Amino acid sequence: MPTHADRKEPEAALRVRALESLLAEKGLIDPKAMDAMVDLYENRIGPRNGARVVAKAWVDPAYRQRLLDDATAAIRELGFSGLQGEDMVVVENTDSVHNMIVCTLCSCYPWPTLGLPPVWYKSAPYRARVVADPRGVLHEFGVDVPDDKEVRVWDTTAELRYLVLPQRPAGTEHMDEAQLAALVTRDSMIGTGVVRTNGAPA
Amino acid sequence: MNGIHDLGGMHGLGRIDPETDEPVFHAEWETRAFAMFAATYVFAGYTVDELRHDIEQMGPAEYLESSYYEHWVHAFERVLARRGIVTREEIDARVAQLAQGAH
Repeated sequence: MPTHADRKEPEAALRVRALESLLAEKGLIDPKAMDAMVDLYENRIGPRNGARVVAKAWVDPAYRQRLLDDATAAIRELGFSGLQGEDMVVVENTDSVHNMIVCTLCSCYPWPTLGLPPVWYKSAPYRARVVADPRGVLHEFGVDVPDDKEVRVWDTTAELRYLVLPQRPAGTEHMDEAQLAALVTRDSMIGTGVVRTNGAPA
Repeated sequence: MNGIHDLGGMHGLGRIDPETDEPVFHAEWETRAFAMFAATYVFAGYTVDELRHDIEQMGPAEYLESSYYEHWVHAFERVLARRGIVTREEIDARVAQLAQGAH
């Protein structure tokens, strides 16, 4: 697959414009509604949503339990639901288990909590390697999991989306929910990262 | 069905290449391809599974060499043509017009 360095505009660029103009002429689509959809995912829906879910689970044990029991409902409590998040499962990292998510067949990803997936998540190398050599992939992302810690890789489907609940880092006992949310990265909720306190190794 | 899309465990596909501060979209046409899904799936009556099935019908070399939103555009054309909403010929003709700068 081409990487982000490959900027040549493909044939598909012209074909999608042709499709849009034909469908608009037929009165079947509204280009302005499409603009609003783009704005939503470019500016409003993204990993900050997931970070709020994680931070709440860290400070509120009852919420954490609801999240693990019925993630779709618990995430909806915070107002995050809809397209590509209809059925959610949250997998929790612990001292003995590290979880990661992938979609080996395509690109499924929990849109309401993480936004649209990065190119590397949808790319052939990640999809191929993460299930065969998860520790090697984690190492490339700067995460070294000890040999005695289990690594679980969850293969997302079109119907079911996973979100990783990362471990709360040590030394954050004084932080409130908003401060904790600011520490939570996208990659920590995919499982290719861990949450670190600023400047300190996790 | 086994096929090129079933990439789990395959070797030799190269490095994972994360981009620092990656934008949500890399080109304007990607925004149109993305929004086309939400704009069409209800009135055309299709699911993500059907869309993915059409992506999986791509030739293996084309599949690996094209990007995510190119896969989507490939599938939109087929899903919509199958329902008689827009034909391949209509799209080809409009592409030719757009390529000549006629809008």
